[in-house]
Amino acid sequence: MFDLLKKLTGIVGVSGNEEEIREAIKEEIKDCVDEVKVDALGNLIAVKKGKGKKIMVAAHMDEIGIMVTYIDDNGFLRFSAIGGVSRYDSIGQRVKFKNGVVGAVYYEEKLDDIKNLQLSKMYIDIGAKSKEEAKNMVQVGDVACFVGDTVLQGDTVISKALDNRSGCFVVVKAIKELKETDNEIYFVFTVQEEVGLRGARTAAFSINPDIAIAVDVTMTGDTPESHPMEVKCGGGPAIKIKDRSVLCHPEVRRLLEESAKRINIPYQLEILEAGGSDPGSIHLTAGGIPSGAISIPVRYVHSPVETASMSDINNAVRLLVEAIC
Amino acid sequence: MDYINILKDLSTYPGVSGREDKLSGYIAKMFEKYCDSVEIDEFYNVIGIKKGKGGLGRRIMVTAHIDEIGLIVKSIDEKGFVTVSNIGGVDSKVLLAQEVIIHGKKEIYGIIGAKPPHLLTAEEIKKAVKMEDLVIDTGLLAEEVRENVSIGDIITFKVDPFVLQNNRLSSKSLDNRAGVAALLDIMENLTLLNHNDDVWFVATVQEEVGLRGANIAAYNINPDLAIVIDVCHGQIPGTPKESVFPVGKGPAVAIGPNLHRKYSRKMIEVAKEENIPYQIDVEPGDTGTEAWAVQISREGIPTLLVSIPLKYMHTVIETLSIDDIKNTGRLIARFISMTGNEMEEVLC
Amino acid sequence: MLIKELTELNGVSGNEDEVREFIKKEAEKYADEITEDSMGNLICYKKGTSSKYRVMLSAHMDEVGFMVTGYEDSMLKFASIGGIDERILPGKRVLVGEKRIPGVIGSKPIHLQEKAERGNNIKQKNMYIDIGAEKKEEAEKLAPLGEYIAFHSLYTEFGDGCIKAKALDDRIGCAILLEILKETYQFDLYVCFTVQEEIGLRGAGVAAFRVNPDIAIVVEGTTCSDVPGAREHEYSTVMGQGAALTIMDRTSYPNKKLVEFMCKTAQNRNIPVQYKQTTTGGNDAGKIQLTRDGVVVASVSVPCRYIHSPVSVMKREDYESCLKLVKAVLDEFGSDENLIESFCV
Repeated sequence: MFDLLKKLTGIVGVSGNEEEIREAIKEEIKDCVDEVKVDALGNLIAVKKGKGKKIMVAAHMDEIGIMVTYIDDNGFLRFSAIGGVSRYDSIGQRVKFKNGVVGAVYYEEKLDDIKNLQLSKMYIDIGAKSKEEAKNMVQVGDVACFVGDTVLQGDTVISKALDNRSGCFVVVKAIKELKETDNEIYFVFTVQEEVGLRGARTAAFSINPDIAIAVDVTMTGDTPESHPMEVKCGGGPAIKIKDRSVLCHPEVRRLLEESAKRINIPYQLEILEAGGSDPGSIHLTAGGIPSGAISIPVRYVHSPVETASMSDINNAVRLLVEAIC
Repeated sequence: MDYINILKDLSTYPGVSGREDKLSGYIAKMFEKYCDSVEIDEFYNVIGIKKGKGGLGRRIMVTAHIDEIGLIVKSIDEKGFVTVSNIGGVDSKVLLAQEVIIHGKKEIYGIIGAKPPHLLTAEEIKKAVKMEDLVIDTGLLAEEVRENVSIGDIITFKVDPFVLQNNRLSSKSLDNRAGVAALLDIMENLTLLNHNDDVWFVATVQEEVGLRGANIAAYNINPDLAIVIDVCHGQIPGTPKESVFPVGKGPAVAIGPNLHRKYSRKMIEVAKEENIPYQIDVEPGDTGTEAWAVQISREGIPTLLVSIPLKYMHTVIETLSIDDIKNTGRLIARFISMTGNEMEEVLC
Repeated sequence: MLIKELTELNGVSGNEDEVREFIKKEAEKYADEITEDSMGNLICYKKGTSSKYRVMLSAHMDEVGFMVTGYEDSMLKFASIGGIDERILPGKRVLVGEKRIPGVIGSKPIHLQEKAERGNNIKQKNMYIDIGAEKKEEAEKLAPLGEYIAFHSLYTEFGDGCIKAKALDDRIGCAILLEILKETYQFDLYVCFTVQEEIGLRGAGVAAFRVNPDIAIVVEGTTCSDVPGAREHEYSTVMGQGAALTIMDRTSYPNKKLVEFMCKTAQNRNIPVQYKQTTTGGNDAGKIQLTRDGVVVASVSVPCRYIHSPVSVMKREDYESCLKLVKAVLDEFGSDENLIESFCV
């Protein structure tokens, strides 16, 4: 179990650059479904055919990261953020490019007040001595993800990119553990969620399902002096009620709650006051698609030390299978 | 039409964004009186069709959103106090000491409280009260609260409408139940007027959280012309003249890139010809209304916006003039009853 | 080259009529079919020798400007349409409405400003447009509520191959696409002149929904900040260094294979090309990319300094590079049947 999660979190797959993670997921699932395709934006769509209800299951496979925008004469890189990168969380972190090059993220020392920290005052040091040397290692436009090993400690997993490789893991496992059903299920591993819920929208348009269920992460309110929120790490998967992008359809929410009760797993209800998620774009596509979500509680979202509970993740797999079969 | 009583009922009927199902049923019944057919879609938009005499076979969609802003239960503490999150643009500064209803397993009355002023520091008292500092006190024991209330339950404001001088009404959620009253008024007017085009009246959902119901309805109906009815800011002291409209001086017809220019001009002409009071609402960009979403649906939909001036928007004392609603209904009904040929001429 | 004619037309977002009429007249000479949709997008269809693919090119016709929102005595109060830096407004000349009534943007002169005011920028709400009217009634009649207002600026060539004009963003794209329309291609081509880009990319998505293209290239005038005060890594593009390709911006992440292909094509044919170095801003590609079940997109731009002002500046050679590059890319699309498909995964 953990090995697959570790494999998925370890791959570089920054928004718009999902090639490797897509291949890895495709390899995992291709023998368990009837059809696999990739659309114009790069969404991976796996179909389990049937004559019943048409269900879309979505998990975004992209992660936040950085893009090189400029290389200076001394070989330092300037960069832009891809997705919701915290300037402060980034200081002192390592980033890793697809070709293995690693860099240290730091900021210009002349800064008078850390509050004035802007991305344009930060840089990445890859150890190059000159522009030429740097250019042999990376190019303008190359992307990198933050480095954060995946470790398991008791029930707790700490890693980069649990947002949303843990969701991808849940969907991959669900595909493997699918029960007998007549439903036609479209498992979509979406792209560019972190930059504006983009992939989910075009995939939903082409599939036009009866309902959609996304699997993603949510924040928690169980850390010292955190913003108040009822969701806890280890309290079971969360069933989304709302976030900034969607008020989940009552029918989908009911389906998920009833499924959780039927298989007797713990679950929580999620009211997320910041951020949006794929159902936000799915539910407004092609004349309206009732949508909901299963969320994995994750602490420190968008940092390299995202923290989740393995049992929440496993229960999310069971919940998804129960809901769609 | 007994506007005051219809609006009193409409404005106090709970229907927070995303939970409009019951309100939709209630409004569908009202629509049935006038429409040839009424249906409710998967997202609880109410769609009433009033067939025209035929001719060009065109569709005109007229929308007014029915959802209201409100609160949602975020957590329940050990003593039974309920904390909340907002749905739509709620100003936490006007929430203190309001009366509310929590729609749990049963309806539970409560009041909104916070740390009292004498316990606040001089610094704290200057700052706006935050949503997370507010609690709902139901007066019930914690166990009883837990039994009946769960996370995600909706909370609405408890308000008794007030009739003010000069045919003015004050209540909650007149944004945009006033628009719904205008829809009914158009329907009633159209029973007496000829119209060729089919009119699709849509009472839309989830406007307050992102123009969502109208987005869905516009895509599904794909009309040839859309008219959005909403409210605009009524003039009150201390507001810039350019962006507010005196209450009682007629509906505001919007002009700007979001709106179809020729149809907007025609709407203004109709108002002049019929001697209906109107105001002009200059909108240089995003109108912040459903018109913004509807205009760019599919291959583009010519869209119009007519607004009813409303004071104290998004509070429980929203105040408007009944006359403005009547004039909105009359104006749009007259516009719709132009012959198809006249409509075609507009586009030439 | 139609840059002079195009930039001296007025076409503030939502009121693109003048520009559309001009373009329509030009396009009629070459297009097989022209459609104008309800928003005012102009879609020029050019039948190809094969109809296997639908290629969309897009440039927006609208420019930033203003609208009359009220009156203060005989002066006009106004709101901006699109993103305009209010610091550039005092002392600018404008044209009001279809009749092009001349006006100037006035504000309190320095002598009359309070000491505290002198150190601050003048706020737009404290400015007004003076058209010389003597009474409010006269102002209302000449410039009714909601009337559109455009910057006044004449096309001027100066310096070493530089051009100054208003609305280079994106009449320069319109000029390029009108050139492109003159030739016939091996695929169906839809050249779209879109509306309302400056107020939220409003027209392009609607046009793309109608065209339903396999691939789309947006041709733009983009920001260029290679000026003193900016540090080199903050330059978005450099004037004179050729057509600028977008790697990513706020609204889209263009198809990487297509962008790379365009860059290689430029290099192979010795067309100057650069990557846009910043990722801020956005353009019509954002909306086109997400239309229906998704469209492969890229953006290529002419660098323009002082964009969104009446004195935007570009280099003629960058226009040439951009035009050559678009032509070259279309040429390549035609020469290899499977090329367009190969950009998808």
